[in-house]
Amino acid sequence: MTTREIRNFIIAAALLALCALLPVYGSPYWLTMGTTMAMFAVLATSWALFSGPTHYISLATAAFFGVGTFVTGLGFQSLPFWALPLIAAGIGAVLAALVGLVTLRLSGVYFVIFTLGLAEMVRQVVTWVQNQTGHRGMYVLTSITEREIYWMLVGLGALVYLLGWLIGRSRLGFALRIIGNDETVAKHLGIDTALAKVALFMVPGAVAAAVGAMLAPRYIYIEPATAFAPLLSFQVVIMALLGGTGRLWGPIAGVIPFTLLWEVITRQAPNQTLLLLGIAFLLIVYVLPGGFVGLWDRLRRRYGGQP
Amino acid sequence: MFILITGLLLGGTYALIALGLNLQYGVARIMNLANGEMLVAGGFAAFWFYTAGQINPVVGLIVIAPVAFVVNWLLYRIMLQPLVTRAKSRGALEVDSILATFGMSFAFVGIMTWAFGGGYFNYAFLAQPVEIFSSSYAQNRVVAFVLAVVIGGALWLWLTFTRTGLKLRAVSVNPAAAPLVGVDVRAASALAFALGGAVTATGGALVSMFFTLDASVGVLFTMKALIIIIMGGVGDIRGTIVAAVILGIAETAVARLIDPGLTLAAAYLLFLLVLLFRPQGLFGKARG
Repeated sequence: MTTREIRNFIIAAALLALCALLPVYGSPYWLTMGTTMAMFAVLATSWALFSGPTHYISLATAAFFGVGTFVTGLGFQSLPFWALPLIAAGIGAVLAALVGLVTLRLSGVYFVIFTLGLAEMVRQVVTWVQNQTGHRGMYVLTSITEREIYWMLVGLGALVYLLGWLIGRSRLGFALRIIGNDETVAKHLGIDTALAKVALFMVPGAVAAAVGAMLAPRYIYIEPATAFAPLLSFQVVIMALLGGTGRLWGPIAGVIPFTLLWEVITRQAPNQTLLLLGIAFLLIVYVLPGGFVGLWDRLRRRYGGQP
Repeated sequence: MFILITGLLLGGTYALIALGLNLQYGVARIMNLANGEMLVAGGFAAFWFYTAGQINPVVGLIVIAPVAFVVNWLLYRIMLQPLVTRAKSRGALEVDSILATFGMSFAFVGIMTWAFGGGYFNYAFLAQPVEIFSSSYAQNRVVAFVLAVVIGGALWLWLTFTRTGLKLRAVSVNPAAAPLVGVDVRAASALAFALGGAVTATGGALVSMFFTLDASVGVLFTMKALIIIIMGGVGDIRGTIVAAVILGIAETAVARLIDPGLTLAAAYLLFLLVLLFRPQGLFGKARG
C-alpha cells in the first residue's frame, strides 16, 4: 500500500465513524433523513459500480429492491432478521444474473429497455400471485428501530465501498474499463465480455435486494404497488449521474444534495417532483456530463495544475 | 376468434405507434423514450377537442398531427441535434439520447399533470357495438384500426415510392454514406423525427378513443412500442406491423384467459423469447 492509499483509508474510516455516530448526536428528523440518504448512497454507489465503467444504464433497482422487501415480508416471522438481507442478496444476485444472461450479450439498448419495464413486470406477476392466493399486502411488524436500520445501511455502505475499491484493483475491474471504452478491443484482448458484465451486474442486484430487505420494517405495510415503485430506479440513476460515476465517492456527492432538494420539493410542491426529475436529467446531459466529479476534475485541471 | 380479432384491432393501433418510434430510432438514431408522452399528449388533445369543442377526434387529427410535427421538429433541432453533433460514437449518442429523452419524458409528465391534473381521461366516442363474425366489437376500435391501416399504408407508400422517402431510407441504412450521394442527413433526420412524433401523436389520438389515459401512462406505451420494434427489427416496417399484431393478440389472449393485470408480463414473455432466439428481429438477418 502506498502512503496515499493509507491516507485515503484513514479519511474513509473517519468519515464512516462520523456517519455511524449520527444517531448519537443528530435529532430524530436528521436520523430519518440520514437513513434515506444512506439508502440512496448504497443504491447509487452499487449502481455506479456496474453502470459507471460499462455505460449500461440499469433501471432494475426498483425490481431488486421490491424483491428484497418481499423477502422480509414473507420471512420475518420464521427467520432471524439478520438472515433476511443475506437471503435477499442471494435472490437478487440470481435474478440479476438471469437478466444479465438474457440481455448483456446484446447491445446496451436492449438492456435499458429490459430493465425499464422489469419492476412493473415483476409487480404485475406478484400482484397476480397474491390475487390467486387471496393475499393482499402484508404487515411487517418488527422491533427493529430506525437507528438499527440506519446502522445496517451504513455497514452495508462500507462493504460496498470496500468491494468497489477491490473491484477497481482487480482484473475484473480492469476488464470492465476496457469494455466500457471499446467492447471490440476488449473482445480481441480475450476478455469474455458477457461473463464480466454479468458478474458485475450481480453486485447492484444483490445490494439493492439487501437494502430492500433492511428497509422493509420502515414501511410497516408492504404491497406490490409501493414495493416496486419504478420511480426509485430513476432516483438512483439521477443521483449517481449527478455525482458522477468516474470515482467511487462520486455517487454520494450527488445523493446528499439531491435528497435534500427532493425533500424540499416534496414538502413545498409535491406535484412537481417529476418535473424536477426531468430537469435534473436534462441538466446532467447538457450542463454536467461528468456529474460533480467531472466538474471537480475540470476545475482542478484548470486551477490546480495536478492532473 | 374474438381474441384474434380484438388482438388484431389492438395490434393495428400499436403498429402505428411503433412505426412512429421506429422512424425516430431507425432514421434519426434517437432512442426516444419520451415517445409515450407524445402519445398521451395526442390523446389529451383529442380528448380536449371532443369535450370542449364537440370536435370529432378523427377531424381533430387534422390539427393534432401538424402541431405534433412542428413540436417534434423543434425538439430535435434544439434539444437533440447538439447531442448528435457532440457524440463521438453511436454508443455515446445512445446513452446521451436515452438520458435526455428520459428527462423530457419526466418533464412532460410533470407539465401534463400540472395542466390536466392526475386523473383519468376518457370520453365516449362511437361506443356502439358493431358485429363481425357474430361477435360484437366497439365501433371506435374498428375506426381506430382502419385509420391506423390507412395512415400506416400511406406512410409505407411514401417511404417506398417518393424521393424524400428514399432519402430517409438511405440515412437509415447508413448515415455515414448517405451524404456521399447527396442526402442532407441533418435535414432528413429532423424530418424523420418530426414525422415519427406526428405519427405517434396520431396514434395517441386514436388510442384515446377506446383507452383510458392518464398523465403518467406514457411509459407503458413506450415499453410496448420498444418491444415491438425490437421484435420486428429496427427500421423494418413489415416486421414492425407483424410484431405489433403478435403483441396485440398475445396481450388480448392473456387478458381474456388469465388476468387483465398481466398484459405487460405477456409482452415481456414475447420480449424474452425474441431476445433469446431472434435478437436481430423477426425478419432480420443474423450479423456476423
